[in-house]
Amino acid sequence: MLLIPCPWCGPRDEAEYTYGGQAHVPYPQDPASLPDEEWGRYLFHRANPKGPHAERWCHTAGCRRWFNAVRDTATNQLLAVYRAGEPRLAGGEANGRDLFA
Amino acid sequence: MSETTGQPFRLPEGGRIHRDEPLRFRFDDAEYTGFRGDTLASALLAGGVHRTGTSVRLGRPRGIFAAGSEEPNAVHQIEEPFPEPMLTATTVELYDGLVARSLPGRGRLADRPDPARYDARHAHCDLLVVGAGPAGLAAAATAARAGARVILADEQPELGGSLLAGRELPGWTREIGEELDAAPEVRVLRRTTVFGHYDDNYLLAVERRTNHLGAHAPAHLSRERIWRIRARHVILATGAHERSLAFAGNDRPGVMLAGAARTYAVRYAVVPGRRAVVLTTNDSAYAAALDLAAAGLEIAAVVDTRPQPGTWAQRAEQAGIEVLPGHAVVGTRGDTHVTSVTVAGYAEGRLTSSARQFTADLLLVSGGWNPVLQLYSQAGGRLRFDDALGCFVPDGCRQAVEAVGSANGTFGLGRCLAEGTAAAARAIAADPIPLPSFTDEPSSPAIQVFVVPGTDADGDGDHTHFVDLQRDVTVADLDRATGAGLGSVEHLKRYTTAGTAHDQGKTSGVLTSGVAAHLMGARIAELGTTTFRPPYTPVSFAALAGRDRGALHDPVRVTPLHDWHAAHGAVFENVGQWKRPWYYPQDGESMDAAVQRECRAAREGVAFMDASTLGKIDVQGPDAATFLDRLYTNMMSTLKTGMIRYGVMCRADGMVFDDGTVARIAEDRFLATTTTGNAAAVLEWMEEWLQTEWPELRVHLTSVTEQWATVALAGPLSRELLAGLAPRLAVDAESFPFMAWRDTKVAGIPARVCRISFSGELAYEINVLGWHAPALWDALYAAGRPLGLTPYGTETMHVLRAEKGYPIVGQDTDGTVTPQDLGMGWVVSKKKPDYMGKRSHARAESRRPDRKHLVGLLPDDPAVVLPEGTQLVAGSRLPEPPVPMLGHITSSYRSAALGRGFALGLVRGGRDRMGERLYAPVGGELVPVTVASPVLYDPEGARRDG
Amino acid sequence: MNPRPPGADLPEHPDHLWRDPEPGRSYDVVIVGGGGHGLATAHYLARNHGITDVAVLERGWLAGGNMARNTTIIRSNYLWDESAGIYEHALKLWEGLEEELDYPLLFSQRGVLNLAHSLQDVRDSVRRVEANRLNGVDAEWLDPQQVKEVCPIVEISPDVRYPVLGATYQPRAGIAKHDHVAWGLARSADAAGIDIVQNCEVTGIDVSGGRVTGVRTSRGTIAAGKVALCAAGHSSVLADMAGIPLPLQSHPLQALVSELLEPVHPTVVMSNAVHVYVSQAHKGELVMGAGIDAYTSYTQRGAFHIIERQMAAALELFPIFARAHVLRTWGGIVDVTPDASPIISLTPVKNLYLNCGWGTGGFKATPGAGWVYAHTIAHDTPHPLAAPFTLDRFTTGALVDEHGAAAVAH
Repeated sequence: MLLIPCPWCGPRDEAEYTYGGQAHVPYPQDPASLPDEEWGRYLFHRANPKGPHAERWCHTAGCRRWFNAVRDTATNQLLAVYRAGEPRLAGGEANGRDLFA
Repeated sequence: MSETTGQPFRLPEGGRIHRDEPLRFRFDDAEYTGFRGDTLASALLAGGVHRTGTSVRLGRPRGIFAAGSEEPNAVHQIEEPFPEPMLTATTVELYDGLVARSLPGRGRLADRPDPARYDARHAHCDLLVVGAGPAGLAAAATAARAGARVILADEQPELGGSLLAGRELPGWTREIGEELDAAPEVRVLRRTTVFGHYDDNYLLAVERRTNHLGAHAPAHLSRERIWRIRARHVILATGAHERSLAFAGNDRPGVMLAGAARTYAVRYAVVPGRRAVVLTTNDSAYAAALDLAAAGLEIAAVVDTRPQPGTWAQRAEQAGIEVLPGHAVVGTRGDTHVTSVTVAGYAEGRLTSSARQFTADLLLVSGGWNPVLQLYSQAGGRLRFDDALGCFVPDGCRQAVEAVGSANGTFGLGRCLAEGTAAAARAIAADPIPLPSFTDEPSSPAIQVFVVPGTDADGDGDHTHFVDLQRDVTVADLDRATGAGLGSVEHLKRYTTAGTAHDQGKTSGVLTSGVAAHLMGARIAELGTTTFRPPYTPVSFAALAGRDRGALHDPVRVTPLHDWHAAHGAVFENVGQWKRPWYYPQDGESMDAAVQRECRAAREGVAFMDASTLGKIDVQGPDAATFLDRLYTNMMSTLKTGMIRYGVMCRADGMVFDDGTVARIAEDRFLATTTTGNAAAVLEWMEEWLQTEWPELRVHLTSVTEQWATVALAGPLSRELLAGLAPRLAVDAESFPFMAWRDTKVAGIPARVCRISFSGELAYEINVLGWHAPALWDALYAAGRPLGLTPYGTETMHVLRAEKGYPIVGQDTDGTVTPQDLGMGWVVSKKKPDYMGKRSHARAESRRPDRKHLVGLLPDDPAVVLPEGTQLVAGSRLPEPPVPMLGHITSSYRSAALGRGFALGLVRGGRDRMGERLYAPVGGELVPVTVASPVLYDPEGARRDG
Repeated sequence: MNPRPPGADLPEHPDHLWRDPEPGRSYDVVIVGGGGHGLATAHYLARNHGITDVAVLERGWLAGGNMARNTTIIRSNYLWDESAGIYEHALKLWEGLEEELDYPLLFSQRGVLNLAHSLQDVRDSVRRVEANRLNGVDAEWLDPQQVKEVCPIVEISPDVRYPVLGATYQPRAGIAKHDHVAWGLARSADAAGIDIVQNCEVTGIDVSGGRVTGVRTSRGTIAAGKVALCAAGHSSVLADMAGIPLPLQSHPLQALVSELLEPVHPTVVMSNAVHVYVSQAHKGELVMGAGIDAYTSYTQRGAFHIIERQMAAALELFPIFARAHVLRTWGGIVDVTPDASPIISLTPVKNLYLNCGWGTGGFKATPGAGWVYAHTIAHDTPHPLAAPFTLDRFTTGALVDEHGAAAVAH
């Protein structure tokens, strides 16, 4: 049960959230012009790194807002959280800081 | 009253037992007594029962070996008050009327339901201290005095940990316990085992609340409670487990860990024998020997593998105990219990002198101590083997967790106390507290001995050198495994099963690694241990299930009309979490008869159903129309206020995701409906796109599923019935056309009436606020009965829509079906530059002519109703498998209107097969069917306007 | 009555399993991943294709990944023809595997029940049974009373939250002992001269002119004519080394066992709606699993609320389990594809092959996957049973979507 710090509500149990997979995968500007291969990549390919991963979460049982997080998939440690629409954080920002303080 | 009759090994005084509360119990059909404060194990030992079972694989007699949760042998079946398999006698608090039985290795489940209650609680704290021994008490008191929120959990019924088995600091232990109990921010959880340590310092514990009360446990209390604890800091003061060493015959009843024997004597006032030999590799067994000698046990000798044991040996000799330095035990004798112990000179792995035999009924062993680091390891902590200490110790953890005291490899009471307070002070930035001054005895280094060679006289090789008592694994077994080429402890474990038993290797794990290292000529540090997994000790399924059982297993959702349905004999269907009326049998009707009657009413008269479970989403904002255009396959922005449009949503992969109607309430406001089961998923889907992809759109989404109740009114007489109840509503087809909605009053209740039909008949959906639903329903029923108004359920709804070829998402689709496959190209916009799924609809795979299409299927025999799910094949004879399949039946009913059975199905290239004969294999028969249009009833749509 | 002690009927392992060779400098084929699929691939490369200049490289201890962590259910009652084809091929191989490997695998065809709890479950179940039969896969639809006859401890009362409305039954399905399977395959491959190299982590894949030339490892560089990836949850990490993005997400999947219990559960029971699956292993422990954790992770560790829900589900179906105890829980990493079907494929890099994406169901396919993967490697062209499972389908959209049964009801 991860403790995930919602940027709006503060730290809450993982069970309150929905996982949304990789963040920063924009819907293509003009899908009609994409070759099948690129459209297939948009549909089905998401990063699956072992290490820091920028991903989306929705605080479904709380404020219902989507936000982004950087989490190390090798440890489950949350390195950063930020609101949707904000630029991607690398995760180093959280070093030495208690995310849950 | 001090009733020790029948307890020949009970000391006349001392211990923490309550001699004024004798308890009667049965074990293996014999009667015994013990006292409150005993465990089943201590009471059995008091009664002279040492052997408590037979080993799993070899059938050798085994006895009580330890005094705590690490016990490998005494694992028993509880029979009364309620059957429970595999409890360790050393952790079962004795209660009156307990009936237990020894087991040949596996337990037995009850054949009746467990009447007990179980529950769970959440707790948050600044500091969780696991273990209430000296280090844990010092840590908890330090944090408590600083005002921190503290949870102290200990598996024992009393605080004190190892202090309960010693004679030190009785006053301090009691005072600190009282202080913690009284501190407002401190929660002391006794009888509570912390069994899991997860990410972000989330820990699980189980509190045994009523088990020790036996049959007198109050029924209203939960028997066990799971604690879900989120801790800012965790201090593990979990102590250490003593380990044995491998020598010939080290498994006989009467062989016991030295510290356990001390616990029995000091805490429970039981001496587990009359004359003991003590085998040790370290100082700790001397304290046990001295305590036991003081309790009246005769110590035949202390056999120390070290050539120069040091000051503790001198103290033992001063007490008149013979010490044999540089010796080891090389064998034991006895049929069902130790009767003698054979000792020989030992140095550096070899025997150095001939054997000498001691008469003894007890052999106490200490091969060193293993810090209890299961939780630390579960938390992601690394372990390192400390050669000086001869054990694995903590080596750093990412989480805010620290091990203290003997769990940290710190042995000596004074040092444990100091470490406890220092760790707590660090964790919460407080000051250490003053502690009783306690000077640890100077200690002499232990030496690591894992295997003592057997003597040639035994002639049994290493076949009685046990490393895992519960799984009957010996040095010979490990030798065979390493000989087979295995070099990893995980492989050794799996080859021999060492460490996989009920105790999960608590006493055997390090011994296994040590013996394996010895066999392979490797260092134990290189081999490591197998991974520690939760739970630390076994936890009952029922405790983990808690209250999420029966009706509470999943929430039950009912509409405001549920009571009416129940009172009128509805049979309910589970649809998602909802209970929906399936059909309303009357006067013992069959389901078939009821559905035929309900269908006839809807087609020939008037019928109504509760459609309140449909999902409803209020979509508001200046960009609401744009937003819906992007998600639905068809155009919503062109919808006029006051009108309704059917819509389909696809996922980006082009497959149908949901369908429903969209009503335009105002220029900037829509009400979208979803299928019952998909309501939450559709709202989440909309929110996801809105928030993450199109945040520039000014749209707000609100679920209004439970705000509105919806009654569907269908049939040629529906207009007449509605008109009578809604005098202000112009109901003629021109004033109130198909796919329009009107706000009005129905039976005096503010209502939004939609002209929607899911049956092809003239029909309305009347929406009112949820709490007005019963009044509306009653008014309709009263006014409609003269017209033959009939309630209908989901089955009739399904038949009616199937006769019209309307698909049901999730029944006629399965996530692989496009709108075009359903024959609903008309609902897919050609004009919009994009909609969700459009690009996927352009892929070659989506445009193949042989995709599966939704079609009607008519059995040649009109009496036949094919089972839903039936496959379809081409020929009238089945070839050998695999038989090519052309599709399957998704919906199948008997139609009152058509006077026959009919079906819908997905058929490969189906729209190009109209009139073609296919075959449906049913129970060994091939039933001929003909492909037809899915719209079988009123294809010209003549009935829609009444 | 003296019940037979549990474990007494467990067969002994052989006195020799496999050598512990130093890695060679070059092989015809390097298989990356010493789990069940990697070992089966090695076994069939030797047995069916006479290719023995092969190394199996394992990062840790042999078969210590998902092979050591799964709940060992074997069945072939999948819906789609493509799936039924490959899983049934695997099941047929299972039926001869003990003899083929001369190793006791404790393969026990005790049948599997897939319970239905809603009317839509019933439709989906009948559809699958009928499809199975036409595909030559044994399958039956059972009503609740028949379910009770197969597994007397299942709760079939209509008064529970989600009553059992019936079940599909595949009598030939069953379980096997995972370690024995891995070790039997390893011993066979080793005997054929194949090097099984443990504690050898692949850290890079060398590609030259669009063709794979070898791998870099923690124990040095190894040249290879062909490289076959077979690393389950870590497939994405490896494929990234060759610049190949995969449509995979790696999730934790947890499982657990109880203490040893007297036999109560004669078959395998799975329920998607009341989410749990259970069998009772040879020694007597209940072996259980449930769903994956929601987020991606390589920690081999899941969250405990998943286990709690699973226990609640188990007691809904099996009330007599109330006082059984969870003895041990653990997690593996499963690689999940968008359509819940595997990937067995050539890749854009010549002579680099993929076998991954088996999600939660890889164990049952072990011999079948090894068979078709070995063929695919040996012939540089997909085995006919593997042809529907290539990477191309994520471009064309010709998915083999096994999620179907999870569709919603109206």
